Amino acid sequence: MSADVTLDDVWIRFGDFVAAREANIHIEDGEFFSFLGPSGCGKTTLLRAISGFLTPSQGRVLIGGKDMAGIGPNRRPTALIFQNLALFPLMSVWENIAFALEVKGMSKLERRKRADELLDLIALPGQGDKRVSELSGGQKQRVAIARALAAEPDVLLLDEPLSALDLKLRQHMRTELRAIQQRVGITFVYITHDQGEALTMSDNVAVMREGLIEQVADGSTIYDSPETAFVASFVGENNVFQGKVNRLDQSAAVVETPYGEFCARPIQRNNQDQLRVGDDAMVFVRPEAIENAQSDSANRISGEVLQTEFEGNLWQLHVQLPNGGPRITRSSINDGRATKHQVGDRIELGFSETSAIALPTGQLAAE
Amino acid sequence: MLNYWANYFTRNGIGVGMFLLAAVLLWMVFMIILPQLYMVDFSLRANVPPPKWGGEEHVYTLEHYKYLLYGSSKSAEQFNTIDLSVFGRTILAAVFVTIIDLCLCYPVAYYLAHVARGGWARLMIMSLIIPFWINEILRAFSFKVLFGTSGLINNALMAVGLIDQPYDFVRENVALYSGLSYAYILLMIFPIYNAIESLDKNQIEAARDMGSPWWRIHWRIVLPHAKPGICSGSTMVFMLSAGALAAPQVLGGPSSLWFTQIIYKAFNNSANWARGSAYALVLLLACIIFVLLMMRIFKVKLGEIAR
Ligand SMILES: Nc1ncnc2c1ncn2[C@@H]1O[C@H](COP(=O)(O)OP(=O)(O)O)[C@@H](O)[C@H]1O
Ligand SMILES: [Mg+2]
Repeated sequence: MSADVTLDDVWIRFGDFVAAREANIHIEDGEFFSFLGPSGCGKTTLLRAISGFLTPSQGRVLIGGKDMAGIGPNRRPTALIFQNLALFPLMSVWENIAFALEVKGMSKLERRKRADELLDLIALPGQGDKRVSELSGGQKQRVAIARALAAEPDVLLLDEPLSALDLKLRQHMRTELRAIQQRVGITFVYITHDQGEALTMSDNVAVMREGLIEQVADGSTIYDSPETAFVASFVGENNVFQGKVNRLDQSAAVVETPYGEFCARPIQRNNQDQLRVGDDAMVFVRPEAIENAQSDSANRISGEVLQTEFEGNLWQLHVQLPNGGPRITRSSINDGRATKHQVGDRIELGFSETSAIALPTGQLAAE
Repeated sequence: MLNYWANYFTRNGIGVGMFLLAAVLLWMVFMIILPQLYMVDFSLRANVPPPKWGGEEHVYTLEHYKYLLYGSSKSAEQFNTIDLSVFGRTILAAVFVTIIDLCLCYPVAYYLAHVARGGWARLMIMSLIIPFWINEILRAFSFKVLFGTSGLINNALMAVGLIDQPYDFVRENVALYSGLSYAYILLMIFPIYNAIESLDKNQIEAARDMGSPWWRIHWRIVLPHAKPGICSGSTMVFMLSAGALAAPQVLGGPSSLWFTQIIYKAFNNSANWARGSAYALVLLLACIIFVLLMMRIFKVKLGEIAR
């Protein structure tokens, strides 16, 4: 069984402090959905409202179409995986996994059998009799997943479950989590401050800032067409130029900046913060969209090479624009054909009209 | 080891270091080890008046230990039912007091550690501590006033009409058990509080999230985690209740004698130091064995208690 989740105008206040506002989200049945945002933006708070540990100050949480008001966490069809996992250290691995079954009153023999099945699912066969403390970080992680799955939830809630792991393991667990989700077929609601995790695993991502959901879309839309300055600067690297809108039509905006006039694709967001002629605007260009200036480049910039970085598959070039302008980053694939640049070289760069976007000026993500 | 001492002296300086060392050694030898050894020695010798101590008649004998068993150093025909039953009852009563305290303190400690917030929790802890500034004897007598036949509780119960005859709380030992339980309540609360406080709240929430009712959360998560604290609290309460003197003296009913009272009488009224120390040592050993046995049954290691 699996269920959809709806947040209907959910607000959560702690005294005067608003931890989450106007949350309107629909998560489809069987979807892998992520909340992405910097630490402290209210992700855990929203997840706790879904799991029932916290009652929204306003608004409704619906799971499987049913209003969850007044239903405690022990009676919701959700299972939560905590940021610190919260495994029971005094129980063996299999007892941990079978705890939900123990609660349901299943016999010990059956519990053990089911726990062993789940241990197979998480690729830890025969490790049921170990103590939790004998497991490695990645193994604990998987036991926490198995423990939650044992409860047969309709919705699995995961609070930054990979944040304690090292990079290699984290990347491995991403694939693993996605595979488990597809195998069990239930709704996953995943929280992370790591955009890589959100983009690689999710069907849809909600990007949050200071309690507000700024955009909900699939990963490639979030990356290619961010709707706010915050989303554009938080998800992936972006170069940003401040300016004013000179001309505007459906497909192109011309933004006047101190470094030249840039032509970019305007992103119009439904019913709010529409870009208008004369408004302050920001032009965002991804580092990988910047290339050497061509004769037909729509937008051109020139500057001085500050630093070059070799990252194996990529070359990163940091370029300082003149007159105290911004530093921009360009990255190009290391295919052996890239021209080598020296620090101090003057360099002419360009980017196409379609690879740049124009957005109303807004707050950027902190570095 | 050598390193440790070298380090110790450089840290504290030779003078202060020597002083601390000597003070600790003297304390241990003169305040702890020697007096106890003295008692052991006493308990193993014949009972003679002080002028003859160390003299010819002060011979080694097991008669005082025998006396506890048989009531006579000569015959082994009849058990010393009086002393033995008092001894047994004292241990049982101490167990009872320990259980009362455990039942009272576990919920309070849990509440303090995981439910109460900031200022409120501090206020509760203060209101637990302050009554303990009152000394033992005063507390015992105030309980006597509270529980006496014309005491506060009887008056209140009669005023409400729940009873029409004053109930003799003292004779029924209610006063004694209440007094003892109250006297050692802090010794139970704090170890349990410390243990429960170190429990990760997320574990409780995780169990709840998986549908667990509150009693199972306690049975499977909180209690096992609190076990070392419960054990160290219970040990202290049990030992101190079994060895209490003032409370049984003041609050005990006429029919109930505490073993410590027999010991006290032996030392004081009958001037039989030998028997007194023998009895006291038996009490001490019995308590230790009992505690070790309990720890064995509940699978707690000595090291865990000392945390
Ligand atoms: N119980 C609470 N009381 C007061 N403030 C809280 C409480 N829980 C969370 N907050 C605040 O709400 C904000 C969001 O917290 P959280 O949801 O944990 O962020 P995230 O999980 O995105 O890092 C933080 O500023 C935090 O201090
Ligand atoms: Mg969080």
